[in-house]
Amino acid sequence: MDNNELKNNPSLEDATKEINKGQEKYDLNDDRRVKVLTPGALVRKRFFRNKVAVVGLVILIFMFAFSFIGGILSPYSQDQFFYRDDIMQKEVAGVSVSKDFRYEIKDVTKFPPLAQANVAIATAMGENKAEVDKTVFDIVKVSDDFYYIERAGELVAYRYKDIISTAKGDDSFSFEFKYEALKAKAEAASGFTFDGKDYILDEEGDIILEGNVVGYVSRYIVNAVMADFAISRELKEEMIETVEKGGGVVDYTPKDEKLEEGEKVQYFIEYDPVRDYYIVKQEKSVHKYDTYSWPGKGHILGTDRYGMDMLTRLMYGGRVSLLIGFIVVIIETVLGVIMGGIAGFFGGWVDNLIMRLVDVFYCIPSMPIIIIIGAAMDAQAVDPTIRMIYLMLILGFLGWAGIARLVRGQILSLREQEYMTAAEATGLKTSSRIFKHLIPNVIPQLIVNCTMSLGGVILTEATLSFLGLGVKFPFASWGNIINDVNNTFVLTNYWFIWIPAGVLLLLTVLAFNLVGDGLRDAFDPRMKR
Amino acid sequence: MRKYVIKRILISIVILIIVAFLSYVLMRCLPTSYIEGIARAKSQQPGSKSYEEWMEQLTAMYHMDKGLVAGYWGWCKEAIRGNFGDSWYYTVPVLEKFNSVVWLSFVMGLISFFFEIIIAVPLGVLAARKQYSKTDYAISIVALAGISLPTFFFASLLKLVFSIKLGWFDLYGLIGRDYYKLSPFGQFMDKANHLFLPIVVLVVLSIGGLMRYTRTNMLEVLNADYVRTARAKGLPESKVIYKHAFRNTLIPLVTIIGGSLPGLFSGALITETLFAIPGIGYASYYAMVAGDIPFSMFYLVFMSVLTLLGNLISDVLYAVVDPRVRLA
Repeated sequence: MDNNELKNNPSLEDATKEINKGQEKYDLNDDRRVKVLTPGALVRKRFFRNKVAVVGLVILIFMFAFSFIGGILSPYSQDQFFYRDDIMQKEVAGVSVSKDFRYEIKDVTKFPPLAQANVAIATAMGENKAEVDKTVFDIVKVSDDFYYIERAGELVAYRYKDIISTAKGDDSFSFEFKYEALKAKAEAASGFTFDGKDYILDEEGDIILEGNVVGYVSRYIVNAVMADFAISRELKEEMIETVEKGGGVVDYTPKDEKLEEGEKVQYFIEYDPVRDYYIVKQEKSVHKYDTYSWPGKGHILGTDRYGMDMLTRLMYGGRVSLLIGFIVVIIETVLGVIMGGIAGFFGGWVDNLIMRLVDVFYCIPSMPIIIIIGAAMDAQAVDPTIRMIYLMLILGFLGWAGIARLVRGQILSLREQEYMTAAEATGLKTSSRIFKHLIPNVIPQLIVNCTMSLGGVILTEATLSFLGLGVKFPFASWGNIINDVNNTFVLTNYWFIWIPAGVLLLLTVLAFNLVGDGLRDAFDPRMKR
Repeated sequence: MRKYVIKRILISIVILIIVAFLSYVLMRCLPTSYIEGIARAKSQQPGSKSYEEWMEQLTAMYHMDKGLVAGYWGWCKEAIRGNFGDSWYYTVPVLEKFNSVVWLSFVMGLISFFFEIIIAVPLGVLAARKQYSKTDYAISIVALAGISLPTFFFASLLKLVFSIKLGWFDLYGLIGRDYYKLSPFGQFMDKANHLFLPIVVLVVLSIGGLMRYTRTNMLEVLNADYVRTARAKGLPESKVIYKHAFRNTLIPLVTIIGGSLPGLFSGALITETLFAIPGIGYASYYAMVAGDIPFSMFYLVFMSVLTLLGNLISDVLYAVVDPRVRLA
């Protein structure tokens, strides 16, 4: 039927269209009616008919995009640390109430330690005399918290609870001065005279000489925890005031040049019953690594233990995992094809030798060996980059036996086919007979095998990295990202650290296996019923 | 038959000798400073031998002073007598440590192997019978997912769900904290409780392989002419499947199952380490990481023996089970 004629006759054209719906209009005996597919196209068609395999392929494409393009698009780099400013309450000082008697002794020879003990007993018994080696000490009670001790009318020591210190904070008051000041405090006197000068002792315990505060007497001991934390008198007073109330917040405006006028510093005072001690805390902002921050703006999957962006680490980790997988599989395949090809083609003693070698490599326990080498490299502190190269070489070198066996088996059967006899008859070189005529026929099985073993290699690498014996920090790998789960706290609380990496790993390996399976079915239709 | 078995055994022994030699070379290739470092660290432990003694012991045991071949020969002579030296890490003879840990691994392996078979084989047969059905796809994907699951990830997930969220099992270890107060039955249950998760991990990760293997072989058999004949003569489907097809599928299954029997002793390196189950895998992992050369060397050879034995058993079984196989 002629096309022109059809066009001239609309009704006939419609009818034919109806018949040929979806088909091109060729003669019945036209060769073009038979759609000829190349073997490649056939395989492709069969592969794409397999939905599961296509899903695998889609996952793989996503993984590659995620790892190789994602890393470029990510605003962060692989080893970029993030920091955050945290407000932390830091203990800066402590306030305690003096509850024990202290002794101030003029001369130890006149008031030996034994006398101190006896005085303590005597006061507790309510006596006013203590005896040591027939020497009598008179104990004079001024108040419950202040006693002085005389030996034959001479003041030798006093025991007291209040703390006396100079305004400078040093210990330059003399024995006598302290005695006068403490006595005045104990008697609740408003002042005392010492060395011809009149000192005023106010209610707050300040010792004032001619309008200047020279020292204070107080029941509270304020200690700075941090060496660089200076406690001024005003601050001390405010703290003590708060302590008397049982704790609270102190708003203090320090006279510090570093701080602006009127800027307040807050101190939080709490009672710590364990230490019987009031703790003074100050809020300070701390600049530190932004570790384990929850997913949110800026970090879609949070940050890891070093304060690095999780999503970026996952992208670079995927890159490392996939690259290692590919390189190892390439090494394996090259070695395997060469060895298997030689063995299968030549046969005889060469075959025997190589196959025994294959047996040996089959039998080598690869995981323990890599663990041993990894531990040795740990001890030698091998550079992470070199380590990664070693890892790939070792994995590749230990893994070729399976491929060699496969290639040999295929070649043994192909070798006997007619086309090989023909190739030999045309006088082709041995190398071209192996690599041009035999190997291409093994390639379908090789591709299937490589796809499957890619998944396996990625798993092995991840396991090693998980154990800390594979890819090392600063490089990311899915395995060493999950490694953090060894910390039970991370396992329990931070799912975003390890679950995404595990899911990616699982999906990738699964996708390689699915695609491998699909390819095998596509290459080998005999398995189809 | 006998001739074949003997030949295979002899070849296996030759391979074992070569593999052991390679392991020995690996141990000799470890940097000396590494070994010295370990010896030094060992000697600093309280009550330990002196550094020189440790070095001397290693040198004597591994014939470091001799050449590679002579040294290896020396090691072989000791090993054949069953002397693998003293473990550095465990400070007991290697075989003693081995003996104390291997049985736990074996029990664990045996239980998971049992479950693996009773789960994987029926599912594989089912998948093959209903090829390209939803059941088949579901089973195949589950099998593949099992193969693709990273052990450590799966174990961590199980721990999170069953140990932390539900609190049914302990996170680590073989025995609970009040193990010694329990009755013998309670002690048994305590161990069983601790072994539950590791066994689940082992089973889930291993069923995939066997399931796929069963499915492939079953499919092959179902495509065979005699199955078509059986159907053509009107046998009920169940009889076709279980009497004609499945029995023939058993041939490859028995060989592969027989071949994996020695592997029961090999322990599960990763799983045992993750759950801190003191089996052979756990023991050897820590020995290897700590650079315990005597134990590592023994473990490598032991693993090679298991692999060879497995191959040998499966090859021999293949010949025994399938009368069609003629041995050259």
